[in-house]
Order: sequence, then C-alpha cells, then structure tokens
Amino acid sequence: MSSAQGWRDLTVGGIIPTPGTARSYETGDWRNVRPLHSKEKCINCLICWLYCPDAAIVVKDGKVLGIDYAHCKGCGICARECPDKVHAIEMVNEAEWEEMKDNKE
Amino acid sequence: MPVRDLKARTGNEAMAEAMRQINPDVVAAYPITPATEIVQIFSGFCADGLVDTEFVAVESEHSAMSACIGASAAGARVMTGTSSQGLSLMAEMLYIAAGLRCPLVLAEVNRALSAPINIHCDHSDTMSVRDAGWIQIFSENAQEAYDNLIQAVRIAEHPDVLLPVMVTTDGFIISHGLEAVQLLPDAEVKSFVGRYQPKYSLLDTDHPITVGSLDFTDYYFEHRRQVAEAMDKARSVILELGEEFARRFGRSYGFFEGYRLDDAVIAIVVLGSTAGTARVAVDALRNQGIKAGLLKLRVFRPFPARELAAALSNLQAIAVMDRSDTLAGTGGPLFHEVRSALYDLGSRPRVVNQIYGLGGRDITVEDIQEVYMSLHRLAAEKESLPPVQYLGVRE
Repeated sequence: MSSAQGWRDLTVGGIIPTPGTARSYETGDWRNVRPLHSKEKCINCLICWLYCPDAAIVVKDGKVLGIDYAHCKGCGICARECPDKVHAIEMVNEAEWEEMKDNKE
Repeated sequence: MPVRDLKARTGNEAMAEAMRQINPDVVAAYPITPATEIVQIFSGFCADGLVDTEFVAVESEHSAMSACIGASAAGARVMTGTSSQGLSLMAEMLYIAAGLRCPLVLAEVNRALSAPINIHCDHSDTMSVRDAGWIQIFSENAQEAYDNLIQAVRIAEHPDVLLPVMVTTDGFIISHGLEAVQLLPDAEVKSFVGRYQPKYSLLDTDHPITVGSLDFTDYYFEHRRQVAEAMDKARSVILELGEEFARRFGRSYGFFEGYRLDDAVIAIVVLGSTAGTARVAVDALRNQGIKAGLLKLRVFRPFPARELAAALSNLQAIAVMDRSDTLAGTGGPLFHEVRSALYDLGSRPRVVNQIYGLGGRDITVEDIQEVYMSLHRLAAEKESLPPVQYLGVRE
C-alpha cells in the first residue's frame, strides 16, 4: 500500500486516462481451472477468440497460438463454445495440472 | 427594481426558465409531484426548439440519474429534476454521480417520504441523501430557486469542485406558489454560466478513457478522500460565485443569511420557505422589545460549521427548526449539525430543536412567535426546555 499513489496524485473520480491498462493488471492468478488448447485438434474457427471475455486467446495470422495465462481467469467459456466435434480445449483443474506437469518433469 | 422587470412565476416555472436559459446539453427526467412541471415545461422548450437539449424520457428516476451520469461522463452539461420518492429511487445513482465526479445539476422539490403517502413539503427526501456527496442548496422563494440554479451550474463545473449540486424548493409552498420574480436576460445567463469544458469525455475517441473502474482495498479510500476534499473546496467557490452573482445582478448569496441577528439575544435557524414566515415573527417580537433574530441556512452541503458558529456565538438561546426527523430520538439532522458546530465555542448558547411541518403541516407566524417566547423564557432562566420538541403535532 505504501508504494501506491496518495489521494492528491490520483486522477479525479478514478478516471483512467490511458487505454489498454488491463494488460498490466494480471488476472491469471484468479484461475482455478486451466484451459489446455490442442493445436492438433484446433480448426482455427476462432469462436473461442470471439467469446473469450478477457481477450486471452492468442491469435496470429488467423491461427490460435494458445492461451494468455497471465490474463485467463479460467471461466471455461472457450471450452464450452469450441464445437463438439472439435473439442480442442480441455479444462483441467490447476492442482491436477500441477501434478501432470510434475510427472512430465 | 422597477416593477416592470418582475414576472409572475411559480417556483417550478422559475426553475424551468433557468434551465431554458442555461440550455444544457442533456436532460433525462421522470415526472413526480410536485416537481413534474419543471421538466414538463422544459420538455416543451425542447419541442418548441427553444433549447439545443437532448431530452431523454426514461422509465424511472433510477434510469434518469443513470442517463445523466452517462451523458456527463460523455462530457455533456446535464440537468434533471425530481422530488421525494423519485430522489429515493435515484439514491444509488446519486452516490455514483458524486463518486465519478459528474457535475450534474438537479432541481429538487422537497416533499415528504412515504409511508403514509403524502405529496406535501418536508425535507426528509434531501436529508436522506445528505451524505451522498452532493452539494445541497436550499431556497426560500422562487427568486432564490432561479438564482441558485444558475449559480449551481458554475459551482458544479468548477475544476476544484466537480461535484453534483441539488437546488431545492419547498414542495407546493414554493413550487406552486406564484411570486414576483426578476428573470435575467437570456444573454446574461448564457454569459454567466459560460461553456462547460470537461477535462475528459467518453466521446473523445482520440483519447480513450475508462470511467467507473473497480477500486479494491488499495484505492477506494483515496478516491473517497478526494470527494471530501472537493466538498471542502466548494466552500470558497460557492462564496466567490455568490459575490460574482451579486456584482453582476445585484442579489448577493452566501452560506446563510442573518435577519436582525447582529444584536439578537435569541434566534432560530431555518431552511427554506419558513424563513419568510419567521421574519414576520421576528419583527413582531422586536416591536415588543424582545431581541429576536433569524439565521436562514442556504448551503447545507458543504456544511458551513465554522461560519455558523461565529454567527451564532453571541446568542443566549437558539432553536433549530427541522422539517425532517432522524428518528434517532435525538432530533432532526439540522439540529445535530448546528449543535455540533457550536461545541467548540468557549461559551455555548443553549440550543434546542423544534421538529415541525412534516408532510406539509402548516407553520404560522404565531407558531414561530411561540418558539421565540419559549427561547426568551429559557434565556432568562425562567423555564427549562426539552432538547427536542414536536411543534404543531396533535397530542
């Protein structure tokens, strides 16, 4: 708290006068389920990108590259909206994923 | 002033006329007795092309204030009007308007709150939102309502303030009473209010901003502290604009107005139209050799505690007249604040509370004279008084 600005230095009424500041506010640690994206299964329809409320689907040149885990809150909308026949996104409990990761290592 | 300059106007007509001359960018409003006429007359000005205002007809007062906040965040000069239950329905959004520092102006007609349902004057409605962060200015008559509304625009939009302002009149007594009012020429009002130059605007797409973001434990306190500071800074702005208004138009305004107060021994403190009745009572008592005085408070928020204490310090006994009740068993809100303001004085006057006029119950010259007589006996130590009394209620 001590490093934050005092009331005299803050903008009036909490207005944020610069755009794009959500990038510097990392909400990824709110997540307790993690979307795992399979490049093999993905057909790049971009429905997940369209629906993601946090702009956390990373897309380049019309292709899904993966998930921005620094901002993904784990809501699971991407996995839900991914077409049933494709099923390219799987939601995994963060604790289970930690174990999966440890086992791989 | 020459009689030909005076026009017959009700309080509502005078406020609607001020709005026409201010010519706000946006008005969003919902009708409610006894304030309906203000926005009804104003919507006529819109339909007749006399103003440039975008009039937004909404489905409730909550929506009215929400639309006003959105328009203000977009950089518009915004006004609305309401009363009583309408102000209560706005309450959630009133706090947001102040917190987002939207310089809105609201023409408010004081009316009792239900239940029982009642459409007549008391001050319960605006007192219930006294901590919402709005500047609150009371008017004694239609002339003051007109003058206050014009000044309110400048007070709200001052860069040191940026807070919403409500200007009130007493329901029916002022809102529907026909009085002689001196209206200013359109060009004078236009020149006085000037153009609103918002620092930020949601419509300025070259400079995108976020309005209404979330504060956790880390910033909320600091932003509320800012509102308190703005309210404090409004003090000097209100006084400076009152002086400027007097220089230009001849009618002066401060935090309050004293009547035969300087050499008074006893006095009452009132808000709104009751001041007019009280002046007659003061004159009658002075004719009997009783040194009675009157203090009519104009600005309730910010509360001018220091100035009030100085003005009241030499009195022996004071009755604070409240047209609403906190129902705390300790008197009305004006009483609480006036008595608190006097606490730091070395020697304090006796201060008692008279709660009166709830739901529009009439208050007469005789009623007020009797309050003064009880103060006269209290000051002479011939009588003690309970701290809180209900004036004019049937036992």
